[in-house]
Amino acid sequence: MSSMSNGTLLYLDNVSVTFDGFRALNALSLVLTPGEMRAVIGPNGAGKTTMMDVITGKTRPNTGDVLFGGSTDLTRLDEPAIAGLGIGRKFQKPTVFEPHTVWDNLLLALAGDRGPRFTLFAKETAEERRKIESILETTRLTDQRNRRSGDLSHGQKQWLEIGMLLAQEPQLLLVDEPVAGMTDSETEQTAVLLREINKTRSVVVVEHDMGFVRALGVKVTVLHEGSVLSEGSIDHVSEDPRVVEVYLGR
Amino acid sequence: MKASALTVFLVMGISVLMVVLNLGTAASSPVHVSTFMVSLAGKYLSYAILALSVDLVWGFVGILTLGHAAFFALGGYAMGMYLMRQIGARGVYANPILPDFMVFLNYKELPWFWYGFNWFGFAMLMAVVVPAILAAVFGYLAFRSRVTGVYLSIITQALTYALLLAFFRNDMGFGGNNGLTDFKELLGFSLSAETTRCGLLVVTAIALSLLYLLARAVTRSRFGKVMIAVRDAESRTRFIGYRPEQYKLVVWVLSAVMAAIGGALYVPQVGIINPGEFAPANSIEAVIWVAVGGRGTLAGPILGAVLVNFGKTILTGALPEVWLFALGALFIVVTLFLPRGLLGLMPVREKGDPPLPADPPTPAESAAKEAVS
Repeated sequence: MSSMSNGTLLYLDNVSVTFDGFRALNALSLVLTPGEMRAVIGPNGAGKTTMMDVITGKTRPNTGDVLFGGSTDLTRLDEPAIAGLGIGRKFQKPTVFEPHTVWDNLLLALAGDRGPRFTLFAKETAEERRKIESILETTRLTDQRNRRSGDLSHGQKQWLEIGMLLAQEPQLLLVDEPVAGMTDSETEQTAVLLREINKTRSVVVVEHDMGFVRALGVKVTVLHEGSVLSEGSIDHVSEDPRVVEVYLGR
Repeated sequence: MKASALTVFLVMGISVLMVVLNLGTAASSPVHVSTFMVSLAGKYLSYAILALSVDLVWGFVGILTLGHAAFFALGGYAMGMYLMRQIGARGVYANPILPDFMVFLNYKELPWFWYGFNWFGFAMLMAVVVPAILAAVFGYLAFRSRVTGVYLSIITQALTYALLLAFFRNDMGFGGNNGLTDFKELLGFSLSAETTRCGLLVVTAIALSLLYLLARAVTRSRFGKVMIAVRDAESRTRFIGYRPEQYKLVVWVLSAVMAAIGGALYVPQVGIINPGEFAPANSIEAVIWVAVGGRGTLAGPILGAVLVNFGKTILTGALPEVWLFALGALFIVVTLFLPRGLLGLMPVREKGDPPLPADPPTPAESAAKEAVS
């Protein structure tokens, strides 16, 4: 493919998605380098979630290239295949496996064989237990390990979902509104956690909360009507008159 | 005693007790169990195997099947074909090769698909292989296309209805409307002998117990945890790399094979198999047994199948026209007041048992959800 994609982790070029005549993405281009953390903001309907859907294989773009690691064409793969490549996704609404315990949620998310033949006979190994313990610690859920995850608080569910992402050991994490509905202290802790994760993995965060985006201190991409309106540091984009217009103008 | 051990103990214990009271006491004794009752119990346990197979797909991967009697009936037909071939020249028309209905319908020779069914081993292999292949093809197409929910239920219903119509046809080669009957013996044992009937009950009880333990092991494994995840949040499983269609297919085929084993055990105990077994209502009844006993509990559907069919035997004997109304009322009552079934009333959960399906939302909760979205 294009040599432009060399050395990139995620490369979106000229991606368009149309639903019944509505352009959810309009010639969107976005490049993420390995190890980068990027915040994506934008008003409702700007195409943030659709962009996630395109990257994770839920939605096929009508046109455009979506490349992972510079060469793998994500538009040809389905959700499990893309997850297998090392792209993990956290949803806007926390979606954990509610009837399962916190422990079992992490066990199911652990990187490894996903086939029925393996899981039929799989026994929990010491290695797996060690990994789960460490994720429980990172996400401060150690005391909740045997609780039914549906009974967790909203913030704890968000953290469990981030824990499940970590368990998959992805190269790239897509995180959709991680602090929606969180208290201020939970929001702060989440920013710390994401920065910690970013030391070893690339992260794309979609968020509305400007305070949180500022706390992350990373490059920001502003989406509007399905394409990139502005890109740069948080100070740069928040002074951009076009961004001000979109957020406050109407 | 653990609930699973108790289940096997009750299934085996009651069956063996009935056999002892049948063979060991005189017909005049007050504790004598008639051979009719022994075969009736065998029939209920065959149905219990069908209920177990329905629970495996409905209770654990969320496929509400309304066509599982199709697999049950196919297993039954394979057994019926073997039993027909065993009649040999003792039929009304005394044809050593052709079953009576073929002579009557002017068949000149045995159709190719009847070859081999004079061997018990081959017939039993076909009893599970044919339903397994049908389930695999059906499941592959349905699950790959991500057909779910009520649409999937409707095509399972269509599947069994199509087979019903096909098996009614005389040229299909399975006895048409009348099906297969007048069986004489199974592996050399006369089917009218009470020892054979007792043996069949015990074999059915053993098969049910083994299949129950198999289903229990599968649902408690890591595979079982994925099944629950697929049941409650199918699309989420895809984003962490599982392929729900693979899991559904494995469970669907396993379940079809179980149902077929139930059907094969059913036929020698009731003495007939005809296209009526494919009737959509049969599959729906099986779903009711599961709901009554407790969806997602494995032991519950066994209890539900036995109790509902016991009730059916009594009611259709006393007030035949009331039965369908009673069944409908039962389904409504269970859905409204007993969403977890009879086993939901008992503290029988074991550590490591997979989580139960969520109770359906109350009307107030549904309304609240509507209001929010």
